[in-house]
Amino acid sequence: MIHARRTGLGWVFVLPFLLMFVVFYLGPLLAGLGMSFTDFRSTDVADVLGVDPVGVQNYIRLAQDEAMVKAAVNTLVFVVVCLPLTIGLGLAAAVALNSGIGRLPAAFFRLGYYLPHITSIIGIAVAWKFLLEPEAGLVNRLLELIGVQGPAWLQDQRTALPSIIAMTAWRGFGFDMVVFLAALQGIPRELYEAAEVDGAGRRQRFWSITVPQLRPVILFCTVYSTVGFLQFMEEPLVMTGGGPLNSTLSVSLAIWKQFGVGNYGYAGAAATVLFTVIIALAVLQLRIGRSR
Amino acid sequence: MKRTRGQHVITYVGLAAGLLLVIGPFLWAGLSSFKPESEIRRDPPTLLPETWTLGNYAELLERVHIGQAFMNSMIVALAIVAGNLLFGSMVGYGFAKLQFRGKNVVFALVLAQMAVPAIVLMMPQFVLIAKLGMVNTFLGIILPGLINPLGVFLMRQFIADLPDELIHAARVDGAGEFRIFFRIILPLCRPAMATLGLITFLGAWNNFLWPAVVAQSEDLYTLPVALNILNFAEGTHYNLLVAGSVIVIAPILILFVFLQRFFIQGIATSGIK
Repeated sequence: MIHARRTGLGWVFVLPFLLMFVVFYLGPLLAGLGMSFTDFRSTDVADVLGVDPVGVQNYIRLAQDEAMVKAAVNTLVFVVVCLPLTIGLGLAAAVALNSGIGRLPAAFFRLGYYLPHITSIIGIAVAWKFLLEPEAGLVNRLLELIGVQGPAWLQDQRTALPSIIAMTAWRGFGFDMVVFLAALQGIPRELYEAAEVDGAGRRQRFWSITVPQLRPVILFCTVYSTVGFLQFMEEPLVMTGGGPLNSTLSVSLAIWKQFGVGNYGYAGAAATVLFTVIIALAVLQLRIGRSR
Repeated sequence: MKRTRGQHVITYVGLAAGLLLVIGPFLWAGLSSFKPESEIRRDPPTLLPETWTLGNYAELLERVHIGQAFMNSMIVALAIVAGNLLFGSMVGYGFAKLQFRGKNVVFALVLAQMAVPAIVLMMPQFVLIAKLGMVNTFLGIILPGLINPLGVFLMRQFIADLPDELIHAARVDGAGEFRIFFRIILPLCRPAMATLGLITFLGAWNNFLWPAVVAQSEDLYTLPVALNILNFAEGTHYNLLVAGSVIVIAPILILFVFLQRFFIQGIATSGIK
């Protein structure tokens, strides 16, 4: 480590950033927490003095708000289904790409599978809305060819959330795949060779070597995806607006809507709860994942 | 692992089928964007446009000012990239190579910021921007994005691996700290900056939430914001919607195909998109 000649020189490099950090992130984070205990509304922005503290009233209201509770349930379902789906697909793709097929085709498939992950979620959601359109959409047109009358995917309470889940897994698994692929290439070949000598079959080798060796990256993908999935919002915003009958309303989208109608204090309380759940779940996952 | 030829064939077939499912929606949206509206709704559907038309794009340019939105997206993304490259490398250097009091605490605090969801910061940041009179301005859209903990983290990791001797030698030669940073450190950081620049551009280009909050008039809409508005206004005119979707996605697609090495490297080094 290098000691700058004048003490405090290190601060000169860091200070402009830190000032902005405090103003635009740390300050707002704390202010947001404070706001959630007030009746702050959009009309109060001009004159902050009109804001009154209301204690935990916003938080109590959250629990009684049917839409909010529905949003929490939807978000939970979304995470619980999406998580194994993306990790499973990512793992399957990574193992297939690592199974000794040619380098060039492997690179080509990797490129293709990863593509949806880096494209605009708004753009993707619009394209999928078109794909799932009941009459003109490609999915139902294809189903028609085999004589099946497809549902009105996004307009039907039963199929709207599953449709969004399918799209999210489609979009997200490429990220897990890239992470798994890098980790797979780091597993020593001797492990597999030794197991083969001992007579272990392919399935056995997968479960007793590949999966345990990938443990740390599976944990990473789990935590990373959970944090992301808990915040899903743009997908229902574009595709369903949260409907039909709030069946695709997510917590973030509910917060977005409350913000839109000016209920900043109330939306802040919901955001604080979401943030707390995200941190708690991440910590819990890391604890469980590391202890075993 | 030894595999028979037959197993490879099965793997290839599976991978190709998967690729079709992944790329299919892009192809379908892309091809449809060149069809006239009547053809989009035709039953049975056409795969390739029977009548190729640029009419959808022309209509977007005229009615939704998509060209303006494209420029806005470019301005916002490039400004945010520039800010992140400058701040990321400076602060990364400070954290990696310079010694000052409170350094570790501050670094931990900055890193912890990465876990805070955008939706949590949205409201208080908006109130702040409103108080600063920057609602519906480029500055308001860009300013909070200029600093990003990810950039600091990436650059710190990279700079920490550079040999200290370089800096020592320059000091002995009488170079000042800023001279050392700009003349010695920065040129060596090029590969890391390429990765950081790309990741930042991607994030800024695709970002919806914050621009949607701050940009309130059409002349400031970025592409995702404009597309979302179009989706609300013209929810069933799929010819326009898919063309808009293509305009948002295509630039990233092109970047990705040519620079995919840096994207993959970015994940490998940071574990973060």
